[in-house]
Amino acid sequence: MTTSTPMGFGRMHRKEDARFIRGRGQYVDDVQLPGMLHGAILRSPHAHARILSVDTSAAEALPGVKAVITGETLAGLGLAWMPTLSKDVQAVLATDKVRFQGQEVAFVVAEDRYIARDALELIEVDYEPLPSVIDARTALAEAAPVIRDDLDGKKDNHIFDWEAGDRAHTEAIFERAEVRVSQDMLYPRVHPAPLETCGALADFDKVTGKLTVWCPTQAPHAHRTLYAMVAGLPEHKIRVISPDIGGGFGGKVGIYPGYVCAIVGSIVTGKPVKWMEDRSENLMSTAFARDYHMTGEIAATQDGRVQAIRVKVLADHGAFNGTAQPTKFPAGFFHVFSGSYDIETAHCEVTGVYSNKAPGGVAYACSFRITEAVYLVERLMDVLAYELGMDPAELRMKNLLRADQFPYTSPTGWEYDSGDYPRTLALAMEMAGYDKLRAEQAERRANGDRRLMGIGLSFFTEAVGAGPRKHMDILGLGMADGAELRVHPTGKAVLRVSCQSQGQGHETTFAQIVAEELGISPDDVDVVHGDTDQTPFGLGTYGSRSTPVSGAAAAMVTRKVRDRAKLVASAMLEVAPDDLEWTKGRWSVKGDPKHGATIQEIALASHGAVELPEGVEGHLDATCVYNPPNLTYPFGAYICVVDVDPDTGQVDVRRFIAVDDCGVRINPMIVEGQIHGGLADGIGMALMQLMAFDEDGNHLGASFMDYLLPTAVECPSWELGETVTPSPHHPIGAKGVGESATVGSPAAVVNAVLDALKPYGIRHADMPLTPSNVWRAIQGRPIRTDLAIT
Amino acid sequence: MQITVTVNDQPYTREVEPRLLLVHFLRDELGLTGTHWGCDTSNCGACVVQIDAVPVKSCTMLAVMADGHHVTTVEGLEKNGELDPVQKGFTECHGLQCGFCTPGMMLTARWLLDNNPDPDESEIREAISGQLCRCTGYENIVRSVRWAAEHTCTPEVSA
Repeated sequence: MTTSTPMGFGRMHRKEDARFIRGRGQYVDDVQLPGMLHGAILRSPHAHARILSVDTSAAEALPGVKAVITGETLAGLGLAWMPTLSKDVQAVLATDKVRFQGQEVAFVVAEDRYIARDALELIEVDYEPLPSVIDARTALAEAAPVIRDDLDGKKDNHIFDWEAGDRAHTEAIFERAEVRVSQDMLYPRVHPAPLETCGALADFDKVTGKLTVWCPTQAPHAHRTLYAMVAGLPEHKIRVISPDIGGGFGGKVGIYPGYVCAIVGSIVTGKPVKWMEDRSENLMSTAFARDYHMTGEIAATQDGRVQAIRVKVLADHGAFNGTAQPTKFPAGFFHVFSGSYDIETAHCEVTGVYSNKAPGGVAYACSFRITEAVYLVERLMDVLAYELGMDPAELRMKNLLRADQFPYTSPTGWEYDSGDYPRTLALAMEMAGYDKLRAEQAERRANGDRRLMGIGLSFFTEAVGAGPRKHMDILGLGMADGAELRVHPTGKAVLRVSCQSQGQGHETTFAQIVAEELGISPDDVDVVHGDTDQTPFGLGTYGSRSTPVSGAAAAMVTRKVRDRAKLVASAMLEVAPDDLEWTKGRWSVKGDPKHGATIQEIALASHGAVELPEGVEGHLDATCVYNPPNLTYPFGAYICVVDVDPDTGQVDVRRFIAVDDCGVRINPMIVEGQIHGGLADGIGMALMQLMAFDEDGNHLGASFMDYLLPTAVECPSWELGETVTPSPHHPIGAKGVGESATVGSPAAVVNAVLDALKPYGIRHADMPLTPSNVWRAIQGRPIRTDLAIT
Repeated sequence: MQITVTVNDQPYTREVEPRLLLVHFLRDELGLTGTHWGCDTSNCGACVVQIDAVPVKSCTMLAVMADGHHVTTVEGLEKNGELDPVQKGFTECHGLQCGFCTPGMMLTARWLLDNNPDPDESEIREAISGQLCRCTGYENIVRSVRWAAEHTCTPEVSA
């Protein structure tokens, strides 16, 4: 694919691959410390129950067991509850009640993981089962049991009401609109299911008072600060090491009770304690995503000009409000739901409620709920096209924002930085052979072909790179990222960044940024990340923010070094700095390019004895903090082609065309890989992934036997295209891409399936469009995708 | 129980608990942490190793069942300092991101190529369909295996 190393941007092999292909990666469970003990968590079998008693005596008596920690133990330490990322509290180990199936009740520390699991069986918990809230639509009913009676004076399951946009203007447009279409839709609860589950290894050194936590966290610095706040440990005595991470996708942003338990276990036993959750624990208790019940409405003219969109959302946040998003935005960035279209006005109302399910909400490459927003508007566009009898591509093309409208302020206040949407959609349609596909579909329908062909489109606009400090913080921590660059005397460099790769290839991409800016080989740049003792502060990797924020910091810190190098070069060359010009890797005298110094020569001189100009310190290093002036707005056009068997309901994805515009691409190979993965996510969510519950709150998707993920045989060979519209405010014009495909693809797949089902008069059906749900839709039977069908 | 298992051509004799899973034996007893664990239910394939040259999910096999058998893990793919073509292919074609599924994918790919040196795309997809990758959307894994097929020097080819 590529053989040479570019001196900057371009395709190059990943540096991190050398260890991974040899089995030499180091994930948290690979870390072994002398004397290490193992933890295991006892979890609630009930969705909602009062805890009457917990008897740990038999477990404690089991040989090999070192400690049994309960909610009561933690309460004595003031650690039974911990703050969530949404300023709620969450039980570390339950004391009063359990509030979802799989909730943490007790923690055993033992000599090995088998004994720890054995001991769980010996803990006796007496529960009094309580009625539960499983269907979010019943959460606010008068008779609904109050889940959060731990909160002072709480008498219902309401969390928040939030709105954005112009209600009056939107209502006025709807009143006089020629066409109004309304559609209920559910974006069901899903789970990111990274292949590596969550876990932690805590080592508290009683002598030095230093706590070291190895944990696959996407946000190591935020974890350190939160541990300091929660446990009262001094922050300089906490070191969080995020080693290689086996996938995160947003599920490894928050702090889970197991992490706190491992820390307490280490403090109590004086030994390192490792806790690794199993797959069922991962699916049942760690952060889920979506669970948005949406009623969307679209107003348009008879000829298909969209005028307004409004939506009411009932958001199921689970038993504790633990979603991760900037404080100001309880529904994340959902209010970007006017999407990619030139729409006069829009309005949304979101109500968040508690239910007896695991907490979470934004944990699946959703860019803070833009997945839900894109799904809503892209489904509404297809529903409108259905009602108007228009081709969905024509309807989109007619309403897309034009290039001359950028920068564009959306009806809900977003400032889209740059875009050329029609060009991107046109390219996708050309790659797909859109007209030919429609002709084939018409012919097959005319011939009465049994297999149903469907063509689905989606056009998405993302808002990523959170975010500007004045608007965005998480628990008061501003979302700016630091970077630090040191160039050694021989011209080799070390970049230290705060964000943490979960497979995105930061060690390669960030080295390429430095290489591009400094004119040295990426092979000469080492990237250090994932260790709070070695890296500057920053909020981590999620919401596609690494390149937009930390990537910008990397570019800016390298430019600082380059500027310093200029001053050193001016001393070396005995000319004024203004008489120097930069060509990649070298400062030289203007008009006399032979008279110059390479960055390597400058690096050596800066550490050497050359007399430096007044005010210039020696050495060649710099630090910076990048506070983004705005978000970046990647976008793309996706087209999916499916064949549906009406007898079985089976959907085969025949083709998937994805044209992404993420601005400047640092390493196109890595960018394409990110898109591939997100497209597979779209197929998974649209067709198979579902966290279902029965009416008692039993989790019906608690293993990979029940929670289905796409394999190689369900995925087509992806067809990718690109347009490049640089971000005008980002130092290197990059926009971020990690979550684009996960955000944009589910709507394309669902739209394709519903396009196939159009002859049956089916306008909408909720995800996941499993064979049974498709079959039921064809039969005109109700489908429920949030609860199990009984 | 005492067992003797040959792992990557080296015999190991150990006293193990009868219920010890092979994946834990490899990781915790032998320190071969390249083999990962991902699901408990034989669905994900992060734990795939070869037993007597056949891919097996090591989370669903007891260590004692491997007594007397030959196990190959990812650590055994590189021979005499030379990477297996499959390992090279995964690097060449960006067949991995987080790297967690990679050892299992490569061991299945090695088995496939040993038995079908020139697999087409659908044969590759079917071969790895018992394993999950959450990062790559499989596209570049398929390309990686094809690359390995095209860059494997069989004795006939080199002669």
